[in-house]
Amino acid sequence: MPVPIAYNLRNLRERKTQTLMTALGLALTVAVLLSVLALVGGLRDTFRASGDPLNILVLRKGATTELASNFARSVYNDLKFKPGIARDQAGEPMASLELVTVINLESSEHPDGMNVNFRGISPVGIRLRRGLAIERGRWFRPGFREVVVGHSIAARYPEVGIGGKVHLGRADWDVVGIMRAGESSINSEIYCDLNQVAADENRAEVLSSTLLQASDPIAKAALIQNLTDDQRLNVDAMGETDYYDRQTRSSAPVQFVGLFVAALMAIGSSFAAMNTMYAAVSHRSREIGTLRVLGFSKSEILLSFLFESLLLAALGGVLGCLLVLPLNNLTSGIGSFTTFSETTFQFRVTPAIMGIGMLFAGFMGAVGGLFPASNAARKEILVALRSV
Amino acid sequence: MFRYLPLILKSSMRSKRRSLLTVASAAISLSLLGTLMAVYHAFYIGEAPPQQALRAITRNRVSPAIMLPISYNDKIKQVPGVVEAMPFQFFGGVYKDPKNIFARYAVQPDRLFTMHADYTIPEDQKLAFQREKTGCVVGRGLADRYGFKIGDRITLKGDIFPVTVELKLVGIYDSLFHDDVLFFRLDYLFDLLPERRRNKVFAFHVLADSPNSMPRICKEIDDQFRNSTARTRTEAERAFELGFVSMLGNVKAFLLSISLALTFTLLLVTANTMAMSVRERVREVGVLKTLGFTTSAILTILLGEAAFLTSLGGLIGCCVTVLLVTLIRRLPSIILPLSSLQLEPSVAGLLLAIGVCIGLASGLVPAWGAARIPILKALKFTD
Repeated sequence: MPVPIAYNLRNLRERKTQTLMTALGLALTVAVLLSVLALVGGLRDTFRASGDPLNILVLRKGATTELASNFARSVYNDLKFKPGIARDQAGEPMASLELVTVINLESSEHPDGMNVNFRGISPVGIRLRRGLAIERGRWFRPGFREVVVGHSIAARYPEVGIGGKVHLGRADWDVVGIMRAGESSINSEIYCDLNQVAADENRAEVLSSTLLQASDPIAKAALIQNLTDDQRLNVDAMGETDYYDRQTRSSAPVQFVGLFVAALMAIGSSFAAMNTMYAAVSHRSREIGTLRVLGFSKSEILLSFLFESLLLAALGGVLGCLLVLPLNNLTSGIGSFTTFSETTFQFRVTPAIMGIGMLFAGFMGAVGGLFPASNAARKEILVALRSV
Repeated sequence: MFRYLPLILKSSMRSKRRSLLTVASAAISLSLLGTLMAVYHAFYIGEAPPQQALRAITRNRVSPAIMLPISYNDKIKQVPGVVEAMPFQFFGGVYKDPKNIFARYAVQPDRLFTMHADYTIPEDQKLAFQREKTGCVVGRGLADRYGFKIGDRITLKGDIFPVTVELKLVGIYDSLFHDDVLFFRLDYLFDLLPERRRNKVFAFHVLADSPNSMPRICKEIDDQFRNSTARTRTEAERAFELGFVSMLGNVKAFLLSISLALTFTLLLVTANTMAMSVRERVREVGVLKTLGFTTSAILTILLGEAAFLTSLGGLIGCCVTVLLVTLIRRLPSIILPLSSLQLEPSVAGLLLAIGVCIGLASGLVPAWGAARIPILKALKFTD
């Protein structure tokens, strides 16, 4: 029969301050790990939400980002009638030629400004992006210097609300609408009329990329193959979801540093747990002796102390989860080294992440409790009973 | 206080295991804290090395990813106070495997070593770079990492540029910082590119005559291009590098909040130890009082023990920090300010002071309680 759990609970309560201090130390360690995971998770959610599974992004061969890609209009005309591309009601291929450049938004809060993608698209480009809708205002008109701003940008830079202006090249563009597409990174972009921006940038013939929609998943794979292998076109085609998945790499440095810090802190915190448990074991020498006399076996004593350490860790884990909860849905931005533009994302403290936090706490508790528990189990009954 | 040193040492040794665990966890936390502080110092407090303080970078005002016409170089050189200007092109690309990360720039061979007076290279290798169109030079660190030798062929597959450059290594330069860079020739790159993409670069390096004229030069360069299609942003090389850091997100808040969490955790750990240690010794305190030790003497002994443990942790932590900082410096980093990361004496001093303060703070409550306990109560105390 195992030692009753009530015994462990009562012991933790008996030494309140010590229990709390150790648990808080564990909690902070868990909190550091969880905030990094919440950041990475939120960023991944944003990029995951950004691609449509049927869409294919076509770039110049060798280019890894839309910004670095130069895409000739003639290539677009050659590829838009490839088999496997979905057609709209009018029978036109669902293929959107686009131009992506970057502008710098300055605001009172960010004096150096932040770079955001500025994308010229045609009506078919809007239809290609399912879930994209105007939240307020209206779409831009062709042939005008008008833009529609992503929801996240409008929230972070009040200066570019409806009626505001953004500056590209030598001209000012009027903001006429705010758009939103779920949690997608479109919320961090600015859209305008393709031909207007191409003319302004002197890039009427050389644009950035083409976004296609395949008619079905099987056609998609064949289409990607067909496009990539076509020597004449000299392009790379990839699933839009894959393209965005790769952008998650922007968070790699933060992730690395965060995990490294959390790992080192974990060592410190398990030492603290170890200290506490050693103290508990030495305080309770006589109790351990008594328990043995009552007939509890060595392994039951070991389990009991290990369990107590795990309880302590669980308390720390719960506190740690509570500490990071306020981070949930906090909005932040991260830049990308490949596109030099900023993506807005939200921290995501999901149950899965909290589960990882609890496991992490449990691990620290187990490491911290193992040696003291085995120390307790190995005590000689007579010696233990006689100790003061 | 030093009178009590033997007593402090002795009581620290009372529970060796506990002291060891405390010192170890203090050392780990403080070494981490030290590293974070060193990084913070490098990013936001430290000054650029003297050679770097003379260099500025001019790039597109909107984004470093949009190119500028190479003709800007001559206009930049005309600005008073500019000693030399050189266009340079970030090449990107892949060397064998995308995992091989190091900077590759296309530059002008005759100006490179004027721009970077801190690079030392044998005269014959310098001339070879100017002679051979497909030549390239690399830093010592990079050469060591990949085992490059003079005469080696290095092939870079372009991603930003639709070309593959085939280079021959003609020189290896030495430099204290930034020694993991490969330079090849801009004219060779332009030869390979289609007409439309020639004569445009991402940035210009500007060498000023003195650090004091830097702000004026930056402003004058930008003013010159104010009304052109491609406006520029000129900033000190250091500031340019830090611009990349800010792209990682709110680095300042990240560093500060982690440091805070670390300090607080350490405080909890030590306070816990001290509470245990003092609790065990209440009766001993009673005996000491009977022997005539004053309250303040007892307080000194107890606090001394805490401070001793954490400052020992701090010392070890400092040594580990030096190690970690060296490791970070060796990382193939795209974050340039980190390649000159160092643990400054001022930062190390601060770290030790933090260690001592944490020790004192953590011992204060239990020690104060024990020192003030009446003799009789102390002697009767059972745990």
